[in-house]
Amino acid sequence: MLEIKNLQVRLEDEDKQILKGVDLTVEAGKVHAIMGPNGSGKSTMSYVLSGRDGYQVTGGSATMDGEDLLEMEPEARAAAGLFLAFQYPVEIPGVGNMTFLRTALNAQRKARGEEEISAGDFLKLVREKAKTLKIDAEMLKRPVNVGFSGGEKKRNEILQMAVLEPKMCILDETDSGLDVDAMKLVADGVNALRDKGRAFLVITHYQRLLDHIKPDVVHIMADGRIIKTGGPELALEVEENGYADILREKA
Amino acid sequence: MMAAPKRNDAARLEATEARIAALDLPKGGFTAPARAAALARFREMGLPGRRDEYWRWTDPALFAGVEPQLGDAFRVDKPIFEGRDKVRLVFVDGVYDAAASDDPAIAGVEIARLAEADRADIHWAKALYGALEADGQVPVERPFAALNTATATEGLLIRVTGKAARPLHISYRQSATNSDVVLHHVVRLEKGAELTLLETGTPGARSNVVMEVEVGEAARFHHLRPQGRALDRAMITHLFARVAEGALFKSFTLTANGRMTRNEAVIRIAGDGAVAHIAGAALGDGVDGPYHHDDTIFIDHGAEDCESRQVFKKVLKNGAHGIFQGKILVRPGAQRTDGYQISQSLLLDEDSQFLAKPELEIYADDVKCSHGSTTGAIDETALFYLRSRGVPRADAEALLVLSFVADAIAEIENAEFAADIEARIEDWLARRKH
Repeated sequence: MLEIKNLQVRLEDEDKQILKGVDLTVEAGKVHAIMGPNGSGKSTMSYVLSGRDGYQVTGGSATMDGEDLLEMEPEARAAAGLFLAFQYPVEIPGVGNMTFLRTALNAQRKARGEEEISAGDFLKLVREKAKTLKIDAEMLKRPVNVGFSGGEKKRNEILQMAVLEPKMCILDETDSGLDVDAMKLVADGVNALRDKGRAFLVITHYQRLLDHIKPDVVHIMADGRIIKTGGPELALEVEENGYADILREKA
Repeated sequence: MMAAPKRNDAARLEATEARIAALDLPKGGFTAPARAAALARFREMGLPGRRDEYWRWTDPALFAGVEPQLGDAFRVDKPIFEGRDKVRLVFVDGVYDAAASDDPAIAGVEIARLAEADRADIHWAKALYGALEADGQVPVERPFAALNTATATEGLLIRVTGKAARPLHISYRQSATNSDVVLHHVVRLEKGAELTLLETGTPGARSNVVMEVEVGEAARFHHLRPQGRALDRAMITHLFARVAEGALFKSFTLTANGRMTRNEAVIRIAGDGAVAHIAGAALGDGVDGPYHHDDTIFIDHGAEDCESRQVFKKVLKNGAHGIFQGKILVRPGAQRTDGYQISQSLLLDEDSQFLAKPELEIYADDVKCSHGSTTGAIDETALFYLRSRGVPRADAEALLVLSFVADAIAEIENAEFAADIEARIEDWLARRKH
């Protein structure tokens, strides 16, 4: 599904290399987790994959089902099935959550040459998805993320994911700022979307999210590279010993 | 009280006298004394110039000249507020068009044409015509408003005695490329009366529109003014209002396109517990033609426990110019005044310009007043967020523009009219996509 080869990225505005050759393959139907200390390049990778400005790719490649992601506009990546759940979802005053979602869904459909969804079908779809995430009608009516609590914002991200039905989902520290109950809701939402045709890349600092979203593969990232890959037990090791041991091992 | 005589240099005197000499002054009628006084005011003030404090950022030349600059009308595809329940009265090149208008009958409202009523000796509007305009000349002079009072022959005299059964819609259409329109409306809401007044379109190639509104005790007045989309327009408007105890005054203006538009307002909050809100959204893209938009607002708090809001948003692109000059005056004794003013611009490129002059002048000690002014570009993070969900860049930008003007739109209480205004903004944005 997602194939990253020797990806090297630096910041556009300052002379700083963030990714120094990342190799990563995520297969359809799998959940991969990336853990790593602050500043290791995890979020940068998620932004580069989804097409945010401000980064310069200096080497390597990233493809999704063989398509070159790095050549595409962000909206084209989304239409091709890539989704990034933001660490800090953005507030957009004056634009209703429903309007936003419908605009996004129809734009993606149009880009794929599909029919736009009717207002009635859309309403039905959103209501059904919102219910499992405990998002009420009032929250759907409000402007995008405005006045939402941290937990509500993250649930809203997962709602967008559920409605847009991407095939490659990247979750950037979706657990940050969540209490246990909120984390469980979010994890349930993600687990409901697990499917043999869909892959996940879960970026997190802590093991606790991975108690709820069980990964198939865990990678440790440090200083712009994947330095270790293993099974779920690797996350437990980090939880117990921190990153120090792994970093020392590699040094 | 007139402002101190000043600066009446030879050039100003000459230009003013030339303008007066070219006027076709109406004679007789109940307005005669008010017109004579207004002409005297205008003569004393003279035409404004760039050195006058409130004209530093807007060139009055297009309003001041003896002849109007020619301008084409905008070809209206679908009129705004079409299909809404209302009574529409039409002015073509500033002249009432009975054939194009609805029957001017609304329960709770008396409507007369200035052109006809002026022949009557006694009329309720006699005490009001030119009165709020004259009162609005202090502390800042507004010569074009005095010129309007002196010369207007058309306009509506609207007296609201109860809850108006339907909104009243004044619809302007331009037909001739050289139409030089002067319109003067007088509105009086009696105690407890209610009216929604829609004022749409561009009256002429050059337009000078004055509206005087007396909002009686506990009355409610809603004013919605999408000013049309004429590219060549030179339009100056003055809204003079006096708001009595417990009354509500709300005005919203949408200005899309326009070479030169200046909207002035003087709102006197005269009774305790009154509320006055004035808001506007202005959209200009220099690709369509020169764009200059100016809001010059004065809110005068002269009573206790009153609230005022000014919410102005401007979206500017390709060398468009936006001006905001807004002042809140809180007089001695106007305790517990709650006044707020915000003016913001969204610059869609680096060629456009927004100039703002917010002013607060407060003489009471127990008040809550603040103002803010910002200028910014499209938020790149928000833009990326929308695009990452699959919304193409141009659509994402349009959504963010709607987001930017949302606070001003929120000032419109009627949801249907607000939706119409929003749709008009969406249309404007859609035409900008390439």
